[in-house]
Amino acid sequence: MPHSIVFYVFAAIMFLGALGVVFSRNPVHAVMFLVFTFFNAAILWLLAEAEFLAIVLVLVYVGAVMVLFLFVVMMLEVDVEAAKRGMTRYAPLGVGLALVMAFELVNVIWLRSRMPETGSGFKPTPEGYSNTEALGAVLYTEHVLAFEIAAVILLLAIIAAITLTMRRRPGLKVQNIAKQVAVRAKDRVRVVKMDAEKKR
Amino acid sequence: MPEFATNFINAAVAWWLSLPGTVQYLGTTLFKITIVTFAVIICVAFSTYFERKVIGSMQARVGPNRVGWNGILQPFADVIKLLIKEVIVPSQSSRFLYVIAPLLSLMPALAAWAVIPMNDWFVIADINAGLLYVLALTSLGVYGVILAGWATNSKYALLGAMRSAAQIVAYEIAMGFALVGVLMAGGSLNIGDIVEAQSGGFSNWFIIWLFPLFIVYWIAGVAETNRAPFDVAEGESEIVAGFHVEYSGVAFALFFLAEYANMILISTLTAVFFLGGWASPFEGWAIFEPYHDLPLIGWFFGGGFPWLFLKMAFFMYVFFWLRATFPRYRYDQIMRLGWKVFIPVTIVWIAVEGAMAWFQVGPWAPTGV
Repeated sequence: MPHSIVFYVFAAIMFLGALGVVFSRNPVHAVMFLVFTFFNAAILWLLAEAEFLAIVLVLVYVGAVMVLFLFVVMMLEVDVEAAKRGMTRYAPLGVGLALVMAFELVNVIWLRSRMPETGSGFKPTPEGYSNTEALGAVLYTEHVLAFEIAAVILLLAIIAAITLTMRRRPGLKVQNIAKQVAVRAKDRVRVVKMDAEKKR
Repeated sequence: MPEFATNFINAAVAWWLSLPGTVQYLGTTLFKITIVTFAVIICVAFSTYFERKVIGSMQARVGPNRVGWNGILQPFADVIKLLIKEVIVPSQSSRFLYVIAPLLSLMPALAAWAVIPMNDWFVIADINAGLLYVLALTSLGVYGVILAGWATNSKYALLGAMRSAAQIVAYEIAMGFALVGVLMAGGSLNIGDIVEAQSGGFSNWFIIWLFPLFIVYWIAGVAETNRAPFDVAEGESEIVAGFHVEYSGVAFALFFLAEYANMILISTLTAVFFLGGWASPFEGWAIFEPYHDLPLIGWFFGGGFPWLFLKMAFFMYVFFWLRATFPRYRYDQIMRLGWKVFIPVTIVWIAVEGAMAWFQVGPWAPTGV
C-alpha cells in the first residue's frame, strides 16, 4: 500500500504542476512549472521501475530541452494580452482536442483494466534485471531500422533548422581563428637594433 | 568498559535490530548521506584554503596566514563572515525564484554523490544506471545559474546567465560523448563496475586507451564548472560578477558552495572514469602482494579510499593551476573549442574504440576481462 500512497501523492503534485504551467501568467514561471512536472513524471516512472526512462526524461527534457525553452522565453518579451486576444477564436479547437485526448486516455485505461493479464497492476521485475540493458538489447537489433530512421529525421531537422535561420549579413566582421592561431611573434613584433643615444 | 555502558550498547543494538527492515534501511541511508554531504562540505571549505595557498605561491605571495596555524582556519572565518552578512533581495526581482536559484544550483552538485563509489563497498545507491544519473544531475546545475540571472532583473546578471547557459549546454555534449567512450570501455553503466573494469594496476586504467577522451572530459569539466580559463560567466572585468552579482551573504555562499562542490565532483568523476577510482596503481604487482593487508599503509598497495582522495586532490590542484596560468578565453573561442574541436575528437575516438573492440585490443583484450 505505501507504494500506491507515494504514487497518488506524486501524481497529485504533478497535476498541480501541470495546472501551474497553464495558469501562470509569467512565461518563465510556466517553464519552471513544466520542469517541476517533468520531475514528478520521472518519479512516477521510477515507481514503475522504469529507471532508464526516468533518468532519460530528466537528462533530455529537463537538462537540455527545457533549458533551451527557458533561454528563448527569457529573451522574448511575451505579450500576455496579445496572446489572450485569440482566446475566443481558439478555445473551441482547444476544448475539442482536450476532449479527444481525454477520451483516448479513458479508453486505454478502461481497456487495460479489462485485460486479465495487466489488470492486476505491476509485477515487480526479477532481481538483477536492468531495463537499460533490456532496452539496449532490442533497440540496436530488432528495432534498428526504426532507430536509424529516427536518427535521420533528427539530422534532417537540424539541417532544416540551420538553413532556415542562417543568414549572411554583408559587411559582417568576424575573426578568422585559424589566422589568429597561426600568428607568430615575428609577425607582430619587430626587434630593432640601434645604438644607444647620447644624452644631450 | 563499565558494565552500564556495555548494557546500554547491547540494548541499543537490540533496539536497532528489532526495527522493521525498511526503517533500518532508511536509517543507514540517511546516515551515509549525512557523512558524504558533510565530507563534501568540509572538502569545499579546505579547497578554498588550498586554492588561495596554491595560487599565492604561484604568484610569489604567501596567501592567507592570519587565522590559525598558517591560516588553516581561514575558511571558517570566511563562512562566519558570509553567514552574518545581510541578504539583500533586489526590489524588482522575482522573489521566489531569486531565493530558490542558489538551492537549485547546490542540490544537483550534492545529489550526484549518491552513486559515486568511495571504495569497494561504500556507495549510497549502487544503481545500474549510475552513469546516466550523474549525467542527468550535472545537466541540472545550469538552472540555478539561469534563474539567478533572470530573477535578479539586472543586465549584468542576465548577460552572465546567458553566457554560462550557452557554455554549459555546449560542453555538456562533449562531456556526454566522452562518457560514451568510458561506457564502451567499462561495459557497464554502474560506476562501481567501471572502476572494477580498470582494476589490475596502472596499465589497465582507461586514461591510457582513452587519452583523448580524458583530455576532452577534463577540459569540458573545467568549462562546465565555469572556472578559469572558461569563466566568462563571471567575467569580472566586463560584467562584474555575472549571474550572482546581486547575491550577498548566505545566498552567495550557496553559489560558492555549489561551484566548489561541482569542482570536487568533476575531479572525483575524472579519477573514477579514467584513473581507476580507488584502485592503486601498484595493484597486481606480485612484489607488493604481501603488503595489501598492512594496517595503515595497506591501501597504498592494495587500493582504497585514500587513493581516490589523492587523485581528487590532484585534479583540484590542476583546477587552481589552470586558473593561475591561463588568461580568460574569448566567448567565440569557447564556442569554437566546444563545438568544432571537442565534439569531433570524441566522435572520432568513439569510432577508434569501436575498431579496438573489434580487434580486441586494450580494455577489450580477451585476457584482460
